[in-house]
Amino acid sequence: MSETDTRTTDEAESARRPGRERGREDGKFGRYGGQYVPEALMPAIEELTDAYERYVLDNEDGFMDEFRERLADFGGRPTPLQRADRLSERYDTEVYLKREDLVHGGAHKLNNALGQVLLAKYMGKERIIAETGAGQHGTATAMAAAHLDMPCTIYMGERDINRQRPNVFRMKLNGSEVKPVTTGRGTLKEAISETMRDWAATVEDTHYVIGSIVGPHPFPVMVRDFQAVISEEAREQSIEKTGGLPTDVVACAGGGSNTMGSFAEFVDDEAVDLHAVEAGGSTLEVDEEAGVAPNSASLFAGDEGVLHGARTKLLQDSDGQIMESHSVSSGLDYAGVGPELAYLVDEGRVSPVAVDDDAALEGFHRLSSTEGIIPALETAHAFGFVEEHHEELGERVVVNVSGRGDKDLDAAIEETDKRDIAGAPDMSMFTGGI
Amino acid sequence: MADAGNSAAIAEAFADGPAYVPYLVVGDPDYDSSKAYVEALDRGGADVIELGLPFSEPIAEGSTIQEALVRSLDAGMTPDRFFAFAEELDVDAALVCMTYYNLIYQYGSGKARSASDASGETASAGPRPFVERAAAAGIEGLVVPDLPAEEADPLREACDEFGLDLVFIVAPTTQGDRLDRIMANVSGYVYVQARLGTTGARSDVSDQTTESLDRLREYDVPKAVGFGISTGEHAERIVAGGADGIIVGSALVDIVAEGVEDDLSTAAVADRLEALSRELKDGAERGYAARVEAAEAAESTPPESR
Repeated sequence: MSETDTRTTDEAESARRPGRERGREDGKFGRYGGQYVPEALMPAIEELTDAYERYVLDNEDGFMDEFRERLADFGGRPTPLQRADRLSERYDTEVYLKREDLVHGGAHKLNNALGQVLLAKYMGKERIIAETGAGQHGTATAMAAAHLDMPCTIYMGERDINRQRPNVFRMKLNGSEVKPVTTGRGTLKEAISETMRDWAATVEDTHYVIGSIVGPHPFPVMVRDFQAVISEEAREQSIEKTGGLPTDVVACAGGGSNTMGSFAEFVDDEAVDLHAVEAGGSTLEVDEEAGVAPNSASLFAGDEGVLHGARTKLLQDSDGQIMESHSVSSGLDYAGVGPELAYLVDEGRVSPVAVDDDAALEGFHRLSSTEGIIPALETAHAFGFVEEHHEELGERVVVNVSGRGDKDLDAAIEETDKRDIAGAPDMSMFTGGI
Repeated sequence: MADAGNSAAIAEAFADGPAYVPYLVVGDPDYDSSKAYVEALDRGGADVIELGLPFSEPIAEGSTIQEALVRSLDAGMTPDRFFAFAEELDVDAALVCMTYYNLIYQYGSGKARSASDASGETASAGPRPFVERAAAAGIEGLVVPDLPAEEADPLREACDEFGLDLVFIVAPTTQGDRLDRIMANVSGYVYVQARLGTTGARSDVSDQTTESLDRLREYDVPKAVGFGISTGEHAERIVAGGADGIIVGSALVDIVAEGVEDDLSTAAVADRLEALSRELKDGAERGYAARVEAAEAAESTPPESR
């Protein structure tokens, strides 16, 4: 195809899909988004914005072609859109599963990590840094960095390191350095601050791979564009397999990268309902005195503020201090959410809904026993939603299986043992770890 | 306007010789000790004092200051207690508040947060109530490290309304349009970041400082250099190199941290803060004298022999 042809197609494409253009120009999603970062980082942010526009949007030097090729060969894409026979029967509606759990590494995380590490390479950067909470983004980044032969340092809170030893081992196997963060309380937010600190001192040769559609522009649009492969495939597959678009798309939401990845191509299809399922934790009530929100439902229960470089919806106290969030699934455990999702919720385009720990655990067991797929605890929230709300859903529902649950087996055993879940196996013989 | 600050007290602090601008986290490690510490800075010769109001996610700070922010939060610091603290202080120096934008943005919004508050339509009051309260507490200026000039209009308008200066940080990497945009918004003084990275005491003073000062020469606003200054000798070199003031944070916060670690008395820590302040202030004045002398020597030298 000649260059002229490409441009014509692109223009026609963007006219059809204004939702995909949102935020690309200035990083704003209505009143959300922006670039709330220390001045020392601004040159790096501007350099990254320029690289995003050239390589990702304009496919300069064939960047996007190489990205797609590596996603196929290294990442195992495309992933199937599979009909879930027993769930379809259970809910008397067509349930389809977008199988991101089959991406290399076992989750959608690689889509973004591979894109950003490759972009860093095109930008001539020599080093990769990333933060990780439970270790999912860290392991995806470590895999991508090894694959593309880039030195990589992952910052991880000391407490998280002790809780997630297998993931620490995986990162080290892939040749990444894992730096324990001992400041403050030693969890994800300290790791984010520490990674920002590293970046502020090393911006000239280092790229910071942010793991979700959060942070300053261009991260929210760039991560969305890398993750949008999920909905690009799902939309085509739905038309091919079923002759039409789904009525509903369901995805779990923490920071929101699998969510926006699942929604991006459907945002302009107004007939398709989009459901962002957040972690309702143990309760939506907030303990302001202790600074604890026992959930991670920032879209559903949070309100506007500025965190980690963007204006978005947050879990915060009345002074504006960020609360400690909670979820049974560490990957959803974040007090903020991507600014684009905050905007789409305000616009009424995306419905936020909270599913609590109990319902998520039940969803975990239901998918495992009925469909032969052990989902990540994050993903399990989406199935908790379908169980509770199936009567309100249309006739063709796509659920994003954002990741597989192997990483969660210890947590699943422990959490199941605490509860009385119908149909779940007796976990007592396994407690104490497998 | 860059050359017409809002606060007369801050202008005064820079008017006559080099300004010594120390920083401490308010409430570190507790309210009463912290008050004694800030007053010790004042006795040690502070011209402006930057008071840190702790935020739970301080992305621009090094580990020294981050730990101090955690100590203060753990001891119960809030924006309202911070303002009460500023009101109770007995100091001559002009007070500047350094904090993150979310605390400024949320102040006075009076939102009750609960599961029922799920409409997503919560109207924030914006930065005005914070600035109004700060002005009433005697705060003369604000430094907000995570607020870029592009997003600063509402805050700058509130600062102009209540007579506060809005100080911006300029990094060694800030150039061209960005530098112009920042300098068009800044008032009081510009915070010149001496080197890349976050806050933290270092043993050397970077060449990046000299380059930054050269880049800022054409702008008519006092230039205070910070990041990594910890001795009188640093202060002397930086002021001799053209700075109008020195900002010192981590070296002072370190003293507070050592006091906590070694369980020193409040008076002993205050004495050390006062002594280091005096050393820094003296160093700055030596640097200033050297600069004046050099300028006079240059003026008296006939042009052809230069």
